[in-house]
Amino acid sequence: MTSRRLFLKSSALAMFGMGAAPAWLSRALYAADAPSPRKKILVAIFQRGAVDGLNMVIPFGEKNYYKLRPNLAIPKPDGTEDAAIDLDGFFGLHPALSPLKPIYDAGHMAIVQAVGSPDPTRSHFDAQDYMESGTPGRKATLDGWLNRSLAQQPNPSPVRAVSLGTALPRSMRGPNEAVAIANLNDFKIRDTRGAGSFESMYDTTLDQVLGGAGRETFEAVKLMQSIQQQPYAPSGGVQYPNSPLGQNLMQIARLIKSDVGLEVAFAEMGGWDTHFNEVGARPTQGQLANLLSQFGSALAAFYQDLGDRMADVSVVTMSEFGRTARENGSRGTDHGHANVMFAFGGGIRGGKVHGEWPGLEQEQLYEQRDLQLTTDFRDVLGELVVRHLGNPRVSSVFPGYEQPKFRGIVAG
Amino acid sequence: MKTKFGITIMLVAGVAVLAAFGTDYSQFHQPLAKDQEILHALNRLTFGPRPGDVEAVRKMGLKKWIDQQLHPERIAENPELTERLKPLASLTMSPGEIATNYPPPVVVQAMLNGLLPMPADPEARARMELQAQRLRAKQEGKAELKDKQGKGGDPLQQAMRQQVLAVTDPVERRKLIANNTPQQVLAYDLNEAKLYRAIYSNRQLEEQMADFWFNHFNVYMDKGADRILTSSYERDAIRPHVFGKFRDLLQATAESPAMLFYLDNWQNVSPDRAQAGGRFAKQKAKQSRGLNENYARELMELHTLGVDGGYTQQDIIEVARCFTGWTINQPNRGGEFMYNDRVHDKGEKTVLGVKIPAGGGQEDAERVLDILARHPSTARFISTKLAKKFVADDPPPALIDHMAKTFHDTGGDIRAVMASMLESREFFSEGAMRSKVKTPLELVVSAVRATGAEVNFAVPLAAQIAQLGQPLYRKIEPTGYPSANAEWVNSAALLARMNFALALTSNRVPGIRVDQSQFDDNVAATGRQVLFHEPSKQTLDSIGKALTQRDPSPGLVAGLVLGSPDFQRR
Repeated sequence: MTSRRLFLKSSALAMFGMGAAPAWLSRALYAADAPSPRKKILVAIFQRGAVDGLNMVIPFGEKNYYKLRPNLAIPKPDGTEDAAIDLDGFFGLHPALSPLKPIYDAGHMAIVQAVGSPDPTRSHFDAQDYMESGTPGRKATLDGWLNRSLAQQPNPSPVRAVSLGTALPRSMRGPNEAVAIANLNDFKIRDTRGAGSFESMYDTTLDQVLGGAGRETFEAVKLMQSIQQQPYAPSGGVQYPNSPLGQNLMQIARLIKSDVGLEVAFAEMGGWDTHFNEVGARPTQGQLANLLSQFGSALAAFYQDLGDRMADVSVVTMSEFGRTARENGSRGTDHGHANVMFAFGGGIRGGKVHGEWPGLEQEQLYEQRDLQLTTDFRDVLGELVVRHLGNPRVSSVFPGYEQPKFRGIVAG
Repeated sequence: MKTKFGITIMLVAGVAVLAAFGTDYSQFHQPLAKDQEILHALNRLTFGPRPGDVEAVRKMGLKKWIDQQLHPERIAENPELTERLKPLASLTMSPGEIATNYPPPVVVQAMLNGLLPMPADPEARARMELQAQRLRAKQEGKAELKDKQGKGGDPLQQAMRQQVLAVTDPVERRKLIANNTPQQVLAYDLNEAKLYRAIYSNRQLEEQMADFWFNHFNVYMDKGADRILTSSYERDAIRPHVFGKFRDLLQATAESPAMLFYLDNWQNVSPDRAQAGGRFAKQKAKQSRGLNENYARELMELHTLGVDGGYTQQDIIEVARCFTGWTINQPNRGGEFMYNDRVHDKGEKTVLGVKIPAGGGQEDAERVLDILARHPSTARFISTKLAKKFVADDPPPALIDHMAKTFHDTGGDIRAVMASMLESREFFSEGAMRSKVKTPLELVVSAVRATGAEVNFAVPLAAQIAQLGQPLYRKIEPTGYPSANAEWVNSAALLARMNFALALTSNRVPGIRVDQSQFDDNVAATGRQVLFHEPSKQTLDSIGKALTQRDPSPGLVAGLVLGSPDFQRR
């Protein structure tokens, strides 16, 4: 550990020359040695397409679940791999999520059921926008909750907010610097002859849109150079899955361990819109099972790779809305309402399924078809912003939502 | 020279003000100078000017040129394009022929089991047998095979493969790929054809429209049977109608197997009648089958009314009921549209307040398409989307009103709507000029056109576009790709744009050659040559400063200009 940090320090400073290093760099590099605690980090993961939360965390104690889903229901826990994994005698985990069970058992993973956005839309694109802007029902909001959750500070690190992928998602847009990184190793101008000219062009251009993004880019490029010089080996031989989410989480882990000032990160996974053939020959197989297996193994690898560093890190997962409580006519589910969220990390009060269970009897369903909402997604995200990131100004992160009801998912 | 700089700076500053404060539409009343009008039209209606284009349009007259572009059938096609499209055999095949010649694994399996005849063509037959061998090996449980399924494979190997393929004759190249991975040929043919057309076609606006409408009615080619259905979708459902009546385009997409498969309507059946009998009921006797809302929802949200267009969840259910029985006959074998009355919901439906009487059949859904195509929300939604693509991210409401009125008055005549936009003063205004950031497709193709590069294998170009964030034919979500600036400006994308620019002009993109001798030693002259206007002072100074010590290779200078902020806008 020490030797890598020393190496980082010397190589990064060498690039700028002693004394010329920007304030954020020296702060980032020395942060680890300072007596003050490390910065807390929040990683948000979006499951785009609306995951079927009722098959992710199965209410096997609910009789009507099996009536509503004759072909799709995951069997009650029976100790086999073809059934739900018991969590608390009422809820069970989809067997494809078994890699997450040890985290739950260690008390580091919390589950919130029947959570989501109060807006009634069943449009993927509106619902994603609302969840990412943090303002359900309001289309005029241009920036995102994750960007607004960063406290204003002088000379912030250019990589305090990083999204993995070729686009900057709505969650990350806003007044604070935020960069999209497709691949850490390739985050540079490959032809070095052009690097200086490009940097100067984007630094001096009168084009505010391109200039702003360009300046953020080149600041981040300099910082990445120090990381790129050494290959990354996950701790303890952890193998990340070769899926985009797995690879992106590995890069986030690499950024965290490099101590370059990361505060919030974003990654996503698509493919959850299972209208047709959500399950295979058995309910525990097929499309959703494959997706959940990729999802769970990527999250578990991240948790193991970070090890002790998870003390400062929280991961939260979300999806724009849930799916119909009843299966549809083609072994799938249509767009629904409330869903499920996961939060895990050293500071999470886990080992528990939080939130009130609204039930699945016909009269208990939202618009007689979907799971009712009992927790607003801003209650979960708000608690992480306030109690984990330590930003008390929740009303500016979620404008119009002055008093979130914290569910006690963050310890302390 | 001085005044031109002044204009550029004022213009850029104006755009910045707009971006910062939102709606100031006065810029859309500021007319452009004559020469600027030509450059602006070329930037918006084509995939970027080629050397000589500005002069050609000036000579013909801008009005006449636009009129020609609106009537592509009057423009002679570029023989360079025809020659490049010729080897791409799958483009002219029916889905059935595609399934036979480039069999997906399910078809190979069916042939192995004797359920389907082997292809008659000896080459296709040999290919099939090779695939069958591989399938058997896989089924016998060769574990190593699984590891290689990871998407993309080793990047270094991929790069080398592209280098080799790039120097191979096109016909031989397709054979090599087809023997190895027959299904990949379909993706390659589509990508190559799209890029060749964008780069070489003389009917540039038609290509922009084909791109717009495919994106509007997006399908994802990697979703199962869409692999073999997408070629025909673009050719038979989209392209014939890009300047036609919106109602016809809507019909063509609604009954296309590619869309029926992509948005699951082929599985949408009446729950009451699913058990009643027939082939489906026998096959899956113990499954309950019923409505699938997916297509009905996106039809209204994305294809016609828009999300705020005034429909309810109940309307979605009613539309889904009307579309029961619109299905495909054997999608994986390239089957055609089929209406199955046995699973159609025969009850009465009410769509957006209009009653559709009980006892109907296939025509129930046709009624829905009539209602949607005529709805005022559709006229507005389509006009707004066109204006956002061709005019500005935040187009003035007066222009939208004007276009929507044309849409309404002409019964949804797309050519007329486009003409009303192109005749408006808002189109040729300072508010519009250079207000749009190029999409990755536009950026890459405009760079190839500006440098007059010779393209003999377009797949590496498609890979570049994918790295910039816009994999062609591979947008998973039915929204298609956005056209708003904010969606394309971020650090990963900007770096990828700069890297592409330098790779292109240093001839490091396989399959493409830029003649470097065309560029002047003079930085400003090279800048003018590829931008078709004066480079900004900041771009010139930045290149000059950084290159003083070295020998500025003209290719490098051109690459720097193509990666500059100046070239990112259109």
